[in-house]
Amino acid sequence: MIHNATASPAKWRLKRPSIIPGFGLTLGFSLAYLSIIILIPVAGLLWRTAGLGWSGFFAVLTDRRTLDALYISFGTAFAAALVNVVFGTVVAWVLTRYNFPGRRLIDAIVDLPFALPTAVAGIALAALYAPNGWVGSLFMPFRIAFTPLGIVVALVFIGLPFVVRTVQPVMEELDREVEEAAATLGANRFQTISKVILPGLTPAILTGFALAFARGVGEYGSVIFIAGNIPYVSEIAPLLIVIRLEEFNYAGATAIATIMLIISFVMLFIINLIQAWNRRRYGNV
Amino acid sequence: MFNFAPGLSQRLGARLGAVALGLSLTAGMSAGIVAPAFADSQLLNVSYDPTRELYKDFNAAFAKYWKTQGGEDVTIRQSHGGSGAQARSVIDGLEADVVTLALESDINAIEKSGKIKAGWRDRLPNHASPYTSTIVFLVRKGNPKGIKNWGDLVKGDVSIVTPNPKTSGGARWNYLAAWAWANEEYKGDQAKIKAYVGELYKRAPVLDTGARGSTVTFAQRQIGDVLLAWENEAYLAGAEFGKDAFEIVVPPISILAEPPVAVVDATVDSKGTRKQAEAYLQYLYSDEGQNIAAKHFYRPSKPDVVKPELLKALPNIKLVTIDDPIFGGWKKAQPEHFGDGGVFDQIYKPGK
Repeated sequence: MIHNATASPAKWRLKRPSIIPGFGLTLGFSLAYLSIIILIPVAGLLWRTAGLGWSGFFAVLTDRRTLDALYISFGTAFAAALVNVVFGTVVAWVLTRYNFPGRRLIDAIVDLPFALPTAVAGIALAALYAPNGWVGSLFMPFRIAFTPLGIVVALVFIGLPFVVRTVQPVMEELDREVEEAAATLGANRFQTISKVILPGLTPAILTGFALAFARGVGEYGSVIFIAGNIPYVSEIAPLLIVIRLEEFNYAGATAIATIMLIISFVMLFIINLIQAWNRRRYGNV
Repeated sequence: MFNFAPGLSQRLGARLGAVALGLSLTAGMSAGIVAPAFADSQLLNVSYDPTRELYKDFNAAFAKYWKTQGGEDVTIRQSHGGSGAQARSVIDGLEADVVTLALESDINAIEKSGKIKAGWRDRLPNHASPYTSTIVFLVRKGNPKGIKNWGDLVKGDVSIVTPNPKTSGGARWNYLAAWAWANEEYKGDQAKIKAYVGELYKRAPVLDTGARGSTVTFAQRQIGDVLLAWENEAYLAGAEFGKDAFEIVVPPISILAEPPVAVVDATVDSKGTRKQAEAYLQYLYSDEGQNIAAKHFYRPSKPDVVKPELLKALPNIKLVTIDDPIFGGWKKAQPEHFGDGGVFDQIYKPGK
């Protein structure tokens, strides 16, 4: 599709991305599809929020309860994503590097949190970690369920497959020869891991972290059963949105949602920057 | 880039969920539009959480009754959920023929959207509440903390399980019942009443989003010494989790919860089901309807038509209504107590 683009500067012209035909059609389809699925609902969200005006939006943003709820949501999601990065990577390592009886089964179990209805997960976790539950009773008088720690537990459960499934394929691609070369050059195991293996895995780990984190921030179903939902203490932002809806305060609800959207977007953007920096440093592994 | 009409994107965006839900429900219904005049009719009753068992029984009874009146086969579909969320679904386009919700203020919100005509509360007897309920205490076997009345809830180390009044209709009745007792106890001294209700909620380690969730927290997770619950929910907990584990304590004073019912005018007029929908709600007041309500531990609005043995479980106590001057009706009480920044929000303000 060579069109007359003499008027526009050269840098704005779409460069022919590939020899495969159908670029115009597929690009158009992708954009239209994304608009219907994502952009229009987001536009609707912003539209509803606009009903508040700047001052109203700012009042929601600076309200102590909103801030505390956001802090709890993002804080617990961040902590849970960190836990998942460490243990998810370990799980992926075990699944790719070793062969043992039941490996396939464990591989399938990793996907369970994807498939399980979140409410079911929440109820099961609350039952386990409640003061009278199997796990919860071991930790008494230290409480897990119905505290922010309970939220972290739920989000760790929800986020695990994201990390494992993003890191696993990259791990499988890693060349064993590179490790062997490192060993012949006198690297010990720790150096091999930190200087040879991890740099190659970092982009995938970051992607997994971002996915687990983003999912954790928006998680509602599994969390409300184990959080306790006490305002200013263990009330997550999605619950605050539901509360605003119960007050028939649509604008207030969408305002909180918009704030969450902006924060998530900024965080994902930063993670992308780190990945880009990582690629420049280590090349495209 | 894309220049969609903003109004369109707003409608699409904000109502996508409701539309999807509505579509799935109306797909089944619109199939019946082209059918002949004596076709089966379908009603959708959008209700709240604890009425599942009640309406399962009642729907079967009504369908039978409608046949005997020379009517067609009528099927009633049920939808259950949190009362406020259900009201929002109807506002956003869920085509309910009738709504049977926990709170008058939820139906008022639908009225505001224009789908229900004003004055719905006067169209049926007893403020359009065919059955009522109240709030009672569920305590552990033997009542170890000796809880008899509202004042005992804030003594010693008693810990209380109640849902969140912001997300649960039942929880709002809990709160109002506590308020009604405190109003009598402290002779209307606002500061003391607020301090008492505040103390009550500070003793709640968990605020579940719905009444059922709280029942599970108390009964299964063994959290707390006392559960504030709908009367029918307290009886269900006994049946569900073992009669010997709990005792029901009926306090000497509580609140008269009036879960209202209404025909959704916009839907019945477009579907042509007004006759059936009105008969359906009327039948809740019939002898059979009243007995079914009592069987499920709702207090019948016409106790004289109900078998005496069914009334035994529902003792007479002093019941304060929402229309009492201390609350001034839902239109006043809802924003004052449960609105954004209302009394309930103030309870949790840090540093208080």
